[in-house]
Amino acid sequence: MPEDDSDLTGQQPPEEREPAEHRRRRIRQAFVRPGRGQLIAAVILFLVAFGGVMQVRTNNEENPYKNARQDDLVQILDGLNSESRRLQSEIEDLQKTRESLRSGADRQRVARSETRKRIGDLGILAGTEKAQGPGVRITVKDPHGKLTPELMLEGIEELRDAGAEAIEINDHYRVVASTWFAGGAGNVTVDGQPINAPVVIEAIGDSDSLASGASFRGGFADQVTGNAQGQINIDRESSVIIDSLHTQKKNQYAHPASSPTAKR
Amino acid sequence: MIPILGLIAGIILGLILEPGVPPFLQPYLPIAIVAAMDALFGAFRAYLEGTFTDKVFVVSFISNVLIAAAIVYVGDQIGVGSQLSTGVVVVLGIRIFTNAAAIRRALFHA
Repeated sequence: MPEDDSDLTGQQPPEEREPAEHRRRRIRQAFVRPGRGQLIAAVILFLVAFGGVMQVRTNNEENPYKNARQDDLVQILDGLNSESRRLQSEIEDLQKTRESLRSGADRQRVARSETRKRIGDLGILAGTEKAQGPGVRITVKDPHGKLTPELMLEGIEELRDAGAEAIEINDHYRVVASTWFAGGAGNVTVDGQPINAPVVIEAIGDSDSLASGASFRGGFADQVTGNAQGQINIDRESSVIIDSLHTQKKNQYAHPASSPTAKR
Repeated sequence: MIPILGLIAGIILGLILEPGVPPFLQPYLPIAIVAAMDALFGAFRAYLEGTFTDKVFVVSFISNVLIAAAIVYVGDQIGVGSQLSTGVVVVLGIRIFTNAAAIRRALFHA
């Protein structure tokens, strides 16, 4: 307080200068000859210093809430409560987000595996995927050159009727929806390519139905041995591998009417 | 000389013993310390002016400390504890400054 200071200085009478010398002397004497008053002052200073250090240590070491009053504590508690409510709602929001993301990812994964399976199925049907499974291997020997494209077509149709899912001729020609037979007796062509005897037809499906579909009375096998005077061998196989592929031409006129995703 | 030794001894003991403040004293000790400082400065001023009496000193010291603590206590009871302790600290601070000014004037004529 500087104002206070100057004020008092102004009030100081000039004759007090002489006693000031006495005061200093008194201080010097106090160092030399201590009295009872000094002892008491020492005790009290000791107490004050002790208490002061105690308080300073408490202030520094212990948590700041220890000296806080009830009102302050209530206020702090309110603040913490509202903060925790806010954080709680934030946690709930984030959990919701996580759930939605997770279920979205699940849906996406299911859809993707479904699509992959479908692509496989359609690829086998269209002849653009290799196929493997139980089935039959039919070997037709045609020593007299009487095997006609009509007979071949009939054989394929009968295999299809019996549930063949993938058919291959001579390990080389994949039979698909657009496959066609031409030529004459003894020089049958498939999709324009000549096939050489003996003709081997491999089909994947239920081997029993396929075998009986090819060999029922008056069917393909009978016609081969009867009309064409050839020999036929029907072997049931537990595993037939069809690895020839049909190269698909791009559709020139037909397009999907609507995308599958738009329909869902 | 002896009072200074007492001060130093108190600080050292406080540092060595690391005493904890008793819980019931905690709100009042800071105010009590400020009051004690006021009493000490007043005593030193009185000493320099030649009017020092040890009895007055002891009584004023104890009463200052007790009244300061009592004011804060009452304030706490009636719900204005923090305001009252601020007031007490302000008043004691003013007194300390006044005493310090008088001491300085007595010692240095300035």
